[in-house]
Amino acid sequence: MDKTYDIDQMPKKNPLSMQIDLSKFEKATDEEKKQADVMSESTSFFKDGMRKLRKNPLAMFSIVVLVLIILMITIVPVVVPYSYSDIITINGKRDKSATNMAPFQYSKLEQQYIDEGGKVFPHIMGTDELGRDYFVRVAYGTRISLLVGVFASVIVLIIGVLYGSIAGYFGGKVDLIMMRIVDVIYSLPDLLMIILLSVVLNEVLKFDGQGILARLGTNMISLFIVFGLLYWVGMARLVRGQILTIKQNEYVLAAQVSGAKSSRIIRRHILPNCISVIIISAALQIPSAIFTESFLSFISLGVKAPMPSLGSLASAARSGITTYTYKLIFPALMIGLITLAFNLLGDGLRDAFDPKLRR
Amino acid sequence: MDMNYKPNPEYLVEVNNLKMYFPVKTGFFGTTPLKAADGVSFAIRPGETLGLVGESGCGKTTVGRALIRLYKPTDGDIFFEGKRVDDKSIGGLRKDMQMVFQDPYSSLNPRMTVEDIIGEPLDVHKMYTSRADRRDQILSLMEMVGLNAEHATRYAHEFSGGQRQRIGIARALATKPKFIVCDEAVSALDVSIQAQVINMFEDLQRQLGVAYLFIAHDLLVVHHISHRIAVMYLGKLVETADSDELNANPVHPYTQSLLSAVPLPDPRTAKSSKRIILEGDVPSPLKMPSGCPFRTRCRFATEQCAKEMPQLTDRGNGHMVACWNK
Repeated sequence: MDKTYDIDQMPKKNPLSMQIDLSKFEKATDEEKKQADVMSESTSFFKDGMRKLRKNPLAMFSIVVLVLIILMITIVPVVVPYSYSDIITINGKRDKSATNMAPFQYSKLEQQYIDEGGKVFPHIMGTDELGRDYFVRVAYGTRISLLVGVFASVIVLIIGVLYGSIAGYFGGKVDLIMMRIVDVIYSLPDLLMIILLSVVLNEVLKFDGQGILARLGTNMISLFIVFGLLYWVGMARLVRGQILTIKQNEYVLAAQVSGAKSSRIIRRHILPNCISVIIISAALQIPSAIFTESFLSFISLGVKAPMPSLGSLASAARSGITTYTYKLIFPALMIGLITLAFNLLGDGLRDAFDPKLRR
Repeated sequence: MDMNYKPNPEYLVEVNNLKMYFPVKTGFFGTTPLKAADGVSFAIRPGETLGLVGESGCGKTTVGRALIRLYKPTDGDIFFEGKRVDDKSIGGLRKDMQMVFQDPYSSLNPRMTVEDIIGEPLDVHKMYTSRADRRDQILSLMEMVGLNAEHATRYAHEFSGGQRQRIGIARALATKPKFIVCDEAVSALDVSIQAQVINMFEDLQRQLGVAYLFIAHDLLVVHHISHRIAVMYLGKLVETADSDELNANPVHPYTQSLLSAVPLPDPRTAKSSKRIILEGDVPSPLKMPSGCPFRTRCRFATEQCAKEMPQLTDRGNGHMVACWNK
């Protein structure tokens, strides 16, 4: 064995030898070496989450459904020439026969008018017992329900995040006292509070005129107040728990060592790391608020008539359920679609953004 | 606190009788103090490395954190450049004291780019004149710790453990500190990366003249990097000496047993060396034994050990030992 080999040239293998085939261990060329240097494209947490969300068909479908619903409730009241509160009029005359019509049905007066060459916008969902266009009422009801849901979850978000982050970050006695207050609020029966508050507010607040608050009625105001007073506790607990765990991370200590103030640490380190959980929980809060609103309207503690909401429409349709089934189906379908879409979207957001479910 | 204590101007950091007790709930009403550090005193000169060793749970990290005031010490005095470190003065001293953390995975914020992580101390202390200046400073820091400039816009999760630790070191160096606490800074890395990072620590010390408090449980690593070593057991220092002196001539029985447990590279010498195996477990820090904390496991324990806590006394050449045995 005096023969020496060049380092780049592999010795030939004896076919009977048990030795490993050295030709499989050739030196990497410069080009191959370069490949190992290239790192994958840098992605931020948000981009990565959005990519995952886009791959989730259920979440994307619910986004489409929600966009369609929002488009419907903004466009319909503009396009359809009926108002949610007025009885259908033909040529300036009230059409008293246009009550309880089936979808796309015309009343005698309307038929007459069409025959004379006039144009009447079809009643896509028929009319209600007072002769109001049901399609517009459902659109308005959806508007109110969505508004209540989004508004309530924004209130919950703001109060809950502020309260929870203060309690979680400062800990100790502050946390103890703040969380006992939360426990007390948690133990109050929310429905009882809504009913009591709406009774009290009815006496205290007297809305006159045409403002949006007056049209919504005191029941709705008390609903918002109750959401602001009671429903944030769940969010506050969630945020506090998140912050307690994130606070333990060494990067928070590192920021303290750097001399960063508490506000900066909360803003730059703690909130960005729990924001996904907060957003997911806020998204899931919307359907629950809509559900509560519908339920309250159903037991006639919701919006003030003639303003419709999905719950009050369903409640009104209950009396004629055997003859005019479609009047229950339309608002119930809307409630179902909205809550399902928000729930699926919230689940999709969680799958995409929750750090505990990632990797 | 001893308000009359006069710090020695020769030292960069001086710790006198540091006590850090944590209240622990025992039973329904009572709380017992957990004495994580109990009367610890040491000093570090500018540009010097003091190694702090001891088994897990002995209070090394607590001492490090109390030193840079992540914890408020129960008692004791800490001086930095002759100035007392307290709630008032710490704000001005944050720039000069930094920390490198143990876990390279949790010490970097996953939502921030490397540039922002390293730049955070600069942002807090407003140590730049313009955006371009900030970026230049960050890039030179990254170069100093051996990171590519093109990594600046990446997120922490895209890096390996060793690279992450380099990012953490660059962040600690950003404010040009005079003193860095390295809290088990290499313990989470594998051996070959440990060597790289330790050599980097040494290079940085030569270049910048920073002093380190190097906390670790690996005696070989500590011996390699430290000028002096302090050995800790159950919240108390039991022995401090120059690095080589401690290795060659350990006096305290605990140090002797620690050193005998260090794996030796040569199997023949490893075979001939005798391991001193300690009996029993570390006592609970909530129920400290009377007198010397080590007496329950000590081979040489006498009655005197149970009665009185031995103080650190000089055995010549700055070799301080807290033991009754001469």
